Amino acid sequence: MSLALIAALPFLGALLPGLMIRAGRNACALTTGAFSALALILLALHAPAVLRGEVIQTRIDWLPALGLNATFFLDGLGLLFAGLILGIGLLIILYARFYLAKADPMGQFYTYLLLFQGAMVGIVLSDNILLLLVFWELTSLSSFLLIGYWKHLPEGRQGARMALAVTGGGGLAMIAGMLILGNIAGSYDLTVILQNKEAIQASDWYLPALILILLGAFTKSAQFPFHFWLPHAMAAPTPVSAYLHSATMVKAGIFLMARMWPVLAGTPEWFWIVSTAGLVTMVMAAKIALFKDDLKALLAFSTVSHLGLITMLLGFGTKAAATVAVFHIINHATFKAALFMSAGIVDHEAHTRDLRRLGGLRRLMPITFGIALVASLSMAGIPPLNGFLSKELMLEEAAHTVWLAPWAMGLLATIGAAFSVAYSFRFLAHGFLGPVRDDYPHMPHDPGPGLWAAPAFLAVLVVVIGLVPMTSAAWLVDVAAGAVTGEAVAVKITHWHGLYAPALWMSLAAVGGGLAMLGGFARLRGIWESAPRPEAKRIFDGIVEPMAAGARRINDGVHNSSLSRAIAVATLAIAAAAFWAFTGGTHAEGTRALMPIPPLAAVVWVVMLLAAIALPFLHRERLVALILMGIVGLLIAPFFALMSAPDLALTQISVEVVTILLMLLALHFLPKTTPEESPAPRRLFDAGVAGIAGAGIGWLVWTMMTRDTAFDPISQFHLAQSKPGAGGTNVVNTILVDFRGYDTFGEIIVLGIAALAIFALSENLMRSPAVTRRLARVQPEREAGDRHPMMLVVSTRLLLPMAMMVGVYIFLRGHNMPGGGFISGLVFAIAYLMQYMASGYGWSHARQRFDHHVLIGWGVLIATLSGAAAWLFGRPFLSSAFEYIEIWPLEKFEIASAVAFDLGVFLCVLGAVLLALASLSRLALRSGEVVNTRAYDIETTEEAR
Amino acid sequence: MEALVAIAIGTLTAVGIYLALRMRTFPVIVGLTVLSYAVNLFLFTSGRLTQNRAPIIGTSDVYADPLPQALVLTAIVISFGMTAVIMIMAIGGFLESGHDRVNMADAAGDDETGDAAGEERA
Repeated sequence: MSLALIAALPFLGALLPGLMIRAGRNACALTTGAFSALALILLALHAPAVLRGEVIQTRIDWLPALGLNATFFLDGLGLLFAGLILGIGLLIILYARFYLAKADPMGQFYTYLLLFQGAMVGIVLSDNILLLLVFWELTSLSSFLLIGYWKHLPEGRQGARMALAVTGGGGLAMIAGMLILGNIAGSYDLTVILQNKEAIQASDWYLPALILILLGAFTKSAQFPFHFWLPHAMAAPTPVSAYLHSATMVKAGIFLMARMWPVLAGTPEWFWIVSTAGLVTMVMAAKIALFKDDLKALLAFSTVSHLGLITMLLGFGTKAAATVAVFHIINHATFKAALFMSAGIVDHEAHTRDLRRLGGLRRLMPITFGIALVASLSMAGIPPLNGFLSKELMLEEAAHTVWLAPWAMGLLATIGAAFSVAYSFRFLAHGFLGPVRDDYPHMPHDPGPGLWAAPAFLAVLVVVIGLVPMTSAAWLVDVAAGAVTGEAVAVKITHWHGLYAPALWMSLAAVGGGLAMLGGFARLRGIWESAPRPEAKRIFDGIVEPMAAGARRINDGVHNSSLSRAIAVATLAIAAAAFWAFTGGTHAEGTRALMPIPPLAAVVWVVMLLAAIALPFLHRERLVALILMGIVGLLIAPFFALMSAPDLALTQISVEVVTILLMLLALHFLPKTTPEESPAPRRLFDAGVAGIAGAGIGWLVWTMMTRDTAFDPISQFHLAQSKPGAGGTNVVNTILVDFRGYDTFGEIIVLGIAALAIFALSENLMRSPAVTRRLARVQPEREAGDRHPMMLVVSTRLLLPMAMMVGVYIFLRGHNMPGGGFISGLVFAIAYLMQYMASGYGWSHARQRFDHHVLIGWGVLIATLSGAAAWLFGRPFLSSAFEYIEIWPLEKFEIASAVAFDLGVFLCVLGAVLLALASLSRLALRSGEVVNTRAYDIETTEEAR
Repeated sequence: MEALVAIAIGTLTAVGIYLALRMRTFPVIVGLTVLSYAVNLFLFTSGRLTQNRAPIIGTSDVYADPLPQALVLTAIVISFGMTAVIMIMAIGGFLESGHDRVNMADAAGDDETGDAAGEERA
């Protein structure tokens, strides 16, 4: 369970920063940090067991039929990555608190950050590859939000979009690859898949699966040729870059390759694809990094280069190389996060990140310089720092690997390392060394400890791991590399490999070459700038733009924003499909006995049909249309009553009243007539479409009603169990509040949301200047002599308590006789609406002691609590219970817990109906309706605004 | 009786769709409301027609099918919610743009003229 909790904590925490920001920026950062810290502590509690070599598993069945289960497992690799994600996450939370400006919405930032953190932790702890894919896509989405955090910057938005397109697209390819892999192994559980190396590598589907999965990993980890998105993602705030692009998101691809290493690696295909991509990326990105003037761009390309290095090591497919890869993952995370944060500090203080405008910061920002010095020397691979240790090991591995020619790999690796030395020193030399200038955009100085504490901590780690690698890091490398390779690993990390180790000489060559390049930088730059360079963004746009234009063309062709056309097409298509299905299938003869026509029903039918037929001819006068519609709706109620559905009759009649009131109110704002616009042929066509649909439905109803049901309806169960099981004799009501209580629960929530949406929409309308202008022009067509006639006021006042009594009666009898929460809520609503009609909204509202929103809230809350109460008795949500009680002088009656649920329904319906109508009335007030001071009109002159 | 009900539901469907195909918001909403009557009745009839068989235990030996009734009861209430939401959207659309057309293609560049026309009517 606790593994699932580690992954869930950041998601839970993501709910809070948006709220906590009201308590201040510190409270917000502390809350965010608390969730990360808690997850980190939980992880640390598992660490001793994992270090002993155990694998911890948690299994929660989610969708077992699909093979999708929430299974988590924690081994050495998971521990390493989860530790990095949560640990560096904590440092980033601290750093971001001081980095972000007051104007930046910090709550949003921390919410996105925690979402991202949760998704990353999910990836590294997932034991189910389908679950892993879900988290994988979540990282793409949440990183999109983070990269585009500064919404006002076009580069931010474009960079975020590019990152999403590339990593999301790769993720889609990976889904296919993972599904193939799962099919070969016969399970979607990673622990099972990892046992099936032979079966997977022998399968014909191995290569397609490998390529698809690598597409996902390469796009995420910015490997050539998908590396171009990462530098554009640097438009994000620096904390995001430091987190996503040093320690976490880009490492997700690396993690996946390491995770899948036991089953995918070791074949020639793996070696050629992965090590080549890694090598090319490492050398090429290191070269580009040297010529970047933007501090963050330099670091971005350097990151791409180091990711290439790790990929290449994993590609070698040997145990030793994989171990070095794991070690470099740790080292790179420490020095690169520190470097990004120092670059952020420079940007924050000097207001520029351009190396051409910097220099001399050593004297102005000694603390920042110290951090940057340690971190960049480590990046360059200078002893005794940790970057040196893993670089030496890497060069050693490269020297022993045959790629094209025996010497080629070693040579290219050395060249890459030389570039790495060159750009690391350029970062230092052009940024911090040299004379102090007097033309910085802003005079820089060291910031407070809030900003430099996090990178300083990482710099200390760089030194400690560098000085005593065996005590500080080797144990972690051992378990993580053991998890990657599936064999026990005991790594030996030393500074000195002896004079005969090729790595020593390659290292020396790299440092010498790098310094030489920096020495001749001006000349090299000239060559670089005259050479043609493909601009990745232009190529990307060149591919995306035509695709988007094509999609737009198709969209415009299919959907031309004409509702009429869409409805006509949909109606005809449905009719055609139904006709095809009906004629193509077989059905029994219609032998069911017909019901004789009751005389009352015949009268109702004739009137309703006349009103319905008149509607299309008279609908231009909108008031007339409303009356005709009301006749139809009201006459459906007696039909229900005649056809054994008293509950429906009650509901229909009360909803009809409310609907008519609503539409009358709405008509106040809208034109009172519909102009004659569509030409006769168009009307004929519409009539044809409507006629076809009507005839089809009529025929369908007829065939259905003349046949018995093919199977016994399940309501036999409801009828049999209504009294003994749910304790009520009104089966419709017991279905609503008991058998199908979950449906009703959802239903009232939807209704409540609809009412709140209406309220929000009307609030928004009142804020728009155009609306206010038009509202002021809305005038009632004709004014009645008395707006609030005394007769109406007095009679509605008298009716109010009576209507309420009827409502209470209907509510209480609902469980056994026709009635219940829905109908009672509507009756109450009508009783209140009558007061609105009689004395006006403004007058009535001023005397109302409760809020409609609160009613909806209480309704949902009571329904939830009454459902959750079943948990106390160990029963599922919404199980009901009932008891017979006797209170003198009443006769024995039964009380059911479902009544509480029905009370929730009642409150929610009442609140929703009132809120919907009140929102419209508020608009009317805004349009200049006057609020009367008295309940009824005696002298109209007394009215006041 | 079955034939009458079938004719009524068919007519309501046809009227509802015809009105939904009109070009202004108000008739479209009226049409959708009428269509929802038809749909509710259609769902109700899936329990077949019966008289004097209200599903109240103890009032009869055979009962009408209560399940369609329960479904339709909530459907009626939800239809009200839906009508109310599209109504406020129609009002908002009219107040924001000055016209109440449903087809954006017809309404292009129609703001001020539509406004004037709307004012005439109002």
